[in-house]
Amino acid sequence: MKATVHVFLKPGVLDVQGKAVENALHGLGWAGVKDVRVGRVITFDLPGDDKAAAEAEVKAMCDKLLANTVIESYRVEIA
Amino acid sequence: MKAAVIVFPGSNCDRDCKVAIERSTGATVDMVWHGDTDLPGGLDLIVLPGGFSYGDYLRCGAMAALSPVMQAVKAAAERGVATVGICNGFQVLCEAGMLPGALLRNEGLKYVCKPVALEVTNAQTRFTAAYQGRREVTMTVGNGEGNFFADEATLDRLEGQGQVVFRYLDNPNGSARAIAGIINEAGNVLGMMPHPDRAFEADLGSADGALLFQSALASA
Repeated sequence: MKATVHVFLKPGVLDVQGKAVENALHGLGWAGVKDVRVGRVITFDLPGDDKAAAEAEVKAMCDKLLANTVIESYRVEIA
Repeated sequence: MKAAVIVFPGSNCDRDCKVAIERSTGATVDMVWHGDTDLPGGLDLIVLPGGFSYGDYLRCGAMAALSPVMQAVKAAAERGVATVGICNGFQVLCEAGMLPGALLRNEGLKYVCKPVALEVTNAQTRFTAAYQGRREVTMTVGNGEGNFFADEATLDRLEGQGQVVFRYLDNPNGSARAIAGIINEAGNVLGMMPHPDRAFEADLGSADGALLFQSALASA
């Protein structure tokens, strides 16, 4: 199975990288762009075929390492 | 008196810390590799130095927080050994759950490297006793991700319990409530972004950092 983890700074946590990208997009003429957030995507393969069990495993990985839940939230996809 | 400096791959202030502790306190300082599972016996002080442990991969300090030596560091801190994380070391302590909060990218996006004036917010800690009530000290910061963040309830608790030890007088990185350094509830684990290891002799521009190491070892 393929796991995909999306990690983003939580809403309300200042994303200065997103702000910088937003300013650059404005500079290129996309003036209407707002609320840019820059995150991270982590993908990996997992053994087995139990999707629910895999999702629980990957969530544990997120809580222990892949995300810092003080500042980040995450979303897990298993395919 | 005996101290240990933990060396992670990518640490770059480890030798500075060793020299700073030796010259300001006369303590012997062992360098401990991150892959070790045991610390030297009889330690009075553990220092997690600045740098870019594991290349700042994933998040600053995230990988170092999981390295084998950190189990021993946690156990020693729980026994009450004075433990100081400086800059990247502060990030490691937060990632390891030994201190609350996290360090975000600097508000102005820039890497900030300069001497900063700090308020000694709590002079009653085992790390600040030697300041003898002095309210202002100077140390150098050098970080790109030194913007301290915690939720409002945590910040209130830190302030209410005297856990804010240093505050920036002119906040260089957007840190919440201008926090530059905090201690844990037990009072024996300190994390700070400014570098006492770059301020231990007047020739370096400030000797204020020496007093921090002296306090930490005097309290042991």
